[in-house]
Amino acid sequence: MISRAMSRRHLLGLGAGAGAAAALAACGSSGPSSSPGGGGDGVASYWSLSGPPGEPARKAALERFNAANPDTKISSLFFQNDAFKQKIKTSIGAGTGPTMIWGWGGGTLKSYVEAGQVDDLTDWFTQNAAVKDKLFPSSFGAATVNGRIYAMPHETVQPILLYWNKKVFDDVGVEPPQSWDDIMALVPRFNEKNIAPFSLGGQSRWTNMMWLELLLDRIAGTEVFDRVFAGEANAWSDPAVLDMLNKVKQLIDAKGFVNGYSSITADSNADQALLYTGKAAMMLHGSWSYGIQEAQGGDFVSSGGLGWMNFPPVEGGKGDPSNQVGNPGHYLSISSKASPEAKEVAKKFFSTTLIDAEEPKHWIESGNTPIIKGSDSLYGSAPNGEFLKFVYDASVNAKVFAQSWDQALSPTAAETLLDNIAKLFQGQVSPQQWVDNMNAVIGK
Amino acid sequence: MTTLAPPAVRVSKSTAAPGGGRGGSLIWFTVPALLIFTAFGIVPLLGVLALSFTTWDNIGPIQPSGLDSWTAALRDPDLLNSLWVTFLIMGLSWLVQTPMSVLLGVFLAAHFRYRGLLAVLYFVPLLLSSSAIAITYKALLDPNFGAGAQLGVPFLNQDWLGDPVLAVGLLVFIVSWQYIPFHTLIYQGAVRAIPQSMYEASLIDGAGRIRQFFSITLPQLRYTIVTSSTLMVVGSLTLFDLIWVLTAGGPGRATEALAVAMYKTGFQANLMGPASAIAVILVLVGLTLSQILRRLGGGRGDESQQEGV
Repeated sequence: MISRAMSRRHLLGLGAGAGAAAALAACGSSGPSSSPGGGGDGVASYWSLSGPPGEPARKAALERFNAANPDTKISSLFFQNDAFKQKIKTSIGAGTGPTMIWGWGGGTLKSYVEAGQVDDLTDWFTQNAAVKDKLFPSSFGAATVNGRIYAMPHETVQPILLYWNKKVFDDVGVEPPQSWDDIMALVPRFNEKNIAPFSLGGQSRWTNMMWLELLLDRIAGTEVFDRVFAGEANAWSDPAVLDMLNKVKQLIDAKGFVNGYSSITADSNADQALLYTGKAAMMLHGSWSYGIQEAQGGDFVSSGGLGWMNFPPVEGGKGDPSNQVGNPGHYLSISSKASPEAKEVAKKFFSTTLIDAEEPKHWIESGNTPIIKGSDSLYGSAPNGEFLKFVYDASVNAKVFAQSWDQALSPTAAETLLDNIAKLFQGQVSPQQWVDNMNAVIGK
Repeated sequence: MTTLAPPAVRVSKSTAAPGGGRGGSLIWFTVPALLIFTAFGIVPLLGVLALSFTTWDNIGPIQPSGLDSWTAALRDPDLLNSLWVTFLIMGLSWLVQTPMSVLLGVFLAAHFRYRGLLAVLYFVPLLLSSSAIAITYKALLDPNFGAGAQLGVPFLNQDWLGDPVLAVGLLVFIVSWQYIPFHTLIYQGAVRAIPQSMYEASLIDGAGRIRQFFSITLPQLRYTIVTSSTLMVVGSLTLFDLIWVLTAGGPGRATEALAVAMYKTGFQANLMGPASAIAVILVLVGLTLSQILRRLGGGRGDESQQEGV
């Protein structure tokens, strides 16, 4: 169960990491096993991730489509998260991938595009404007490579939020932070009481990355990272980056993070446990954390102990406080190697089932915020309605919903990024060295 | 502990040269083994060697790139760090495991009551998978929810996996904890093979237990020490699962041994070329070390240990 990099979001989002390590084998679950190459006799194939809560919602969509289209059924296979990522890469490389390629967009999608493995959907979206209009506009960024759209955003949005433990705040007698200065002022207040100001699963590395992403956004907006993403030379040398790194260092030096954060992994949800047990006051985490705390934290969530908010602005910062970072969606691409018939079936699936009225219901049932506009009208009766509504508003109102850096960048650059972030938190690189190291892999 | 060391598979001259017509046909018996070894050992190895002269991101086409991957890998300062970490873990775990295993092996070789029970207890760690061991230790040593925090023992409550020095120390401890039983087993067998007559003769000469240990047992275990050390060295080189689950190479790169660096480069950073170069380096280091160990052992690990006594 060593999920990493892109995997964990989802794995954790499912809150289902539990014990499933054994099921590495491709657990082909529903329907006939797909024919390699993507649907020989006009039947399209679809591969995705197994496990609740995602798999039931995905299966429901496939069943709806297959019931409505008995002549052009979609066959499906579901894999464990890490197994999926290996399998899909190998299959695409060998030309035996499915018609529909499920993914996280960003850097991995870009590598598919560069290898000529996925179809350009830009024109299709122009012709099918109704489909595009149903989805969050901010979700298309991670589906776009060089100005062209190569994937359909679907399923759910997962922004990164600042969570806090209301009871701990009451005990200490303080208010949630409204700015970066507030954060720094809160740190000694909690430390005095032997409560960690922030929980952090630092061994997982991407957990630390969330701090850098949000801070840089609040200081300088999204432009700096956009330049990095575009491959502009020395883009990390922007003074805002040094400012951001120094702020992170100040927070580390002020003992803002829980003792021993370098040995805590997010996979084990120990970071969430620190928050709901009151050992830590606050935590920066993805929206999937809500479900984990609800499932594992006893009555912490149900008794109203959990607070959540957007990352606060930084004094004098240029970034719009409504900007979000995280998973702006999940993505389905169409394999270039699929037959024309299979591609048509896939597009029909995109334009009908994935945006029908049933689709958001299943995702809301699973405790997630669907990527479909107007789905907030369904939250009233949902048990997590308040939280889902917050995530919905935060996502739909976001000026920019940026993809997490490690997913936006190519796997090569992302690995260097995570490595250097870990070193920064360990004090093994200075902010200036960090900038130099990262400049060296821009565009790689 | 995956690879058999060369001394163990070396065919001694006396069996390989029976001479005459029948000897020739014996070679056919090695064919299945050779075929399997070629298909699953030699061919992938050559594949890795070929990959190290290309670029490949796991998805797109494989492009030849000459020595680029090698220069990239060799110029990377982190490779030096990985080599250092690998040798550090190897050296330290050898230093911990060998004396402990010899002593335990000698102790368990004697026939006394309760030793059977003790032997069973000692061997328990050997039965567990590395991943299970790593997950268990990780949970036990968690600074906030682990044994130290629950029992109120401050010593246990350190940042074991977050401090570079402690993390390496802990790895060595866990590796030793896991594999001492295995080496104890080897030594136990070797000690039992020492002829009782030698001890009886030394007793007549007035040798005490300690004298017996240093003058008979230890010299007689010489080849066993070489075999066991070779297994330890090769095992440390391929050590991956334990590190991966426990620290994933962290904190920073403090526990990033060669095998971990190879995985991260190849499967996380999608740089198959440099990862293959690291793999080739790993093979070369392993071959060199096992050859050195063979020489140290006189290269006669297959011969009778009682010879000349």
